[in-house]
Amino acid sequence: MPECFVAKVSDLKDGDRRIVVSGQHEVGVFFKDGAYYAYSNYCVHAGGPACEGILVNNVVDVLNADRTYEGQTFGDNVHFACPWHGYEYDLKTGECVGDRKLKLRKYNVIKRGDDVFVVV
Amino acid sequence: MDMLRNEVRQLNPEQYSETKSLEHASQQARQRNYQDFLIVDVDAHHYESESYKDVFSYIESPVIKMEAMDSMRRAGRSGFLNNQVGYQSIGGRMTRHAGRAHYKAKGKQHRDIDMTLEWMDAMGVDYSCLFPTPMLFLGLHPQVEIEVALCRAYNAWLCERILAEEPRIVSMLYLPFNDPEWAYRTVRDFGDKKGVVGFMVTAPRYKPVHDNAYIKTYALLEEMGKPLCFHAAYSWDDRGLATTNRFISVHSLGFMWFNMIHMTNWVINGLPERFPKLKTMWIESGLTWAYCLMQRLDHTYMMRTSDCPQLKRKPSEYMREMFFSTQPMEVPDDLSILEATFKMINAETQLVWSSDYPHWDFDLPSIIYDLPFLKEPAKRNILGANAARLFNLDLKPVKKIP
Repeated sequence: MPECFVAKVSDLKDGDRRIVVSGQHEVGVFFKDGAYYAYSNYCVHAGGPACEGILVNNVVDVLNADRTYEGQTFGDNVHFACPWHGYEYDLKTGECVGDRKLKLRKYNVIKRGDDVFVVV
Repeated sequence: MDMLRNEVRQLNPEQYSETKSLEHASQQARQRNYQDFLIVDVDAHHYESESYKDVFSYIESPVIKMEAMDSMRRAGRSGFLNNQVGYQSIGGRMTRHAGRAHYKAKGKQHRDIDMTLEWMDAMGVDYSCLFPTPMLFLGLHPQVEIEVALCRAYNAWLCERILAEEPRIVSMLYLPFNDPEWAYRTVRDFGDKKGVVGFMVTAPRYKPVHDNAYIKTYALLEEMGKPLCFHAAYSWDDRGLATTNRFISVHSLGFMWFNMIHMTNWVINGLPERFPKLKTMWIESGLTWAYCLMQRLDHTYMMRTSDCPQLKRKPSEYMREMFFSTQPMEVPDDLSILEATFKMINAETQLVWSSDYPHWDFDLPSIIYDLPFLKEPAKRNILGANAARLFNLDLKPVKKIP
């Protein structure tokens, strides 16, 4: 399996990403909270550039013990949103959060020395 | 066949272009050979508010023009025009809305022409029917004369600055429907302008479409051979919709609600019988509402024919002769449900594709082209040929897919 150079380790700050195009593959490579994630850049919905949207934590409705509604806040799960229509994906799994049966293809990321590669 | 590439890129929102933003749409266009056939988008948008200073200069009344120009100096405070609460960009997840601010015009023509042609080519679209955006709510303005004034100014501006300059952009012009006499005059005054392929009623409003005051306008439209469309939108001020608390709710219901009311009044009051040659199109309500309303009205009609004595057929039979735009096309997991909807509305001849671009829930041509139950001729009818017949457009493709 060919490896494609993504970036120098030092070039990727927390929350950074690169879009790697290699032949038929188009892959979004994220660096977030010390880990690398790589997924197909084609949204499962309409084929939009799924990995090119914003990173945003999941939204949570806050309910009180008596089941009344208190308000909204952000949770701990990081999502990325396809910029075409807003389909959101779980950064750790590539699952579409609206229907977790739908997933983006996952790619392996390798850190070798000062370089980061994605296996396509 | 796309060339194989190897590159690593970073995101740079300041270098926004429609071509770049829609690169995957262009890949789809090339893979599906859109260059070989006509694609017409019956519902696309621009943001006329970005050109208000220019548009306001076309206002005929010197008093209203003065008010409009003055309103530009008090942004953020009480406005000259009404608007709606909304957050279509989903908190910034729809990055193109912010990216558009960085778009650089290419030449002497209006920026909206540059942007529109660029996304049309990227998607594989030959002709687009361009509509405004904030003006979709203008039918709810408390001052009827402001609706008339802005409608007339916008139509004159659009005809002169956009439609006269670019043959691939057409429009169904805004009708100031809250003033029936001015609605009539608008058809009379603008119906023969270049690029005017029909007229539009923005659906959120509270005037009954069967009012006698509109009859002479319908007669004129029929005589001129210009279709009449009803473009859906929502109103969070509607008493029922005001109980909803999220945009998903007001949007899902609102875009169906107003067109369901107008369609019901249109059919039950026998307007298809009175104007058999007047073509109507129902825009941006998706398709499920039509499937629902056809069954609902037919069911009740059989028991209450005395409520609608002008009808000679079931309500669904009239609806089946109207045109429906596709977007936002609901695609259920079970495609047989969608196939049944297509059958109900005679999709092969009556369905017309629309993108609604650049709005948040836009559709690409592939939403139709990739449906497994459609044969190639049906796909091409829905994507372009049906609209070409309705708008009298040449069937020869003119786009340049990047």
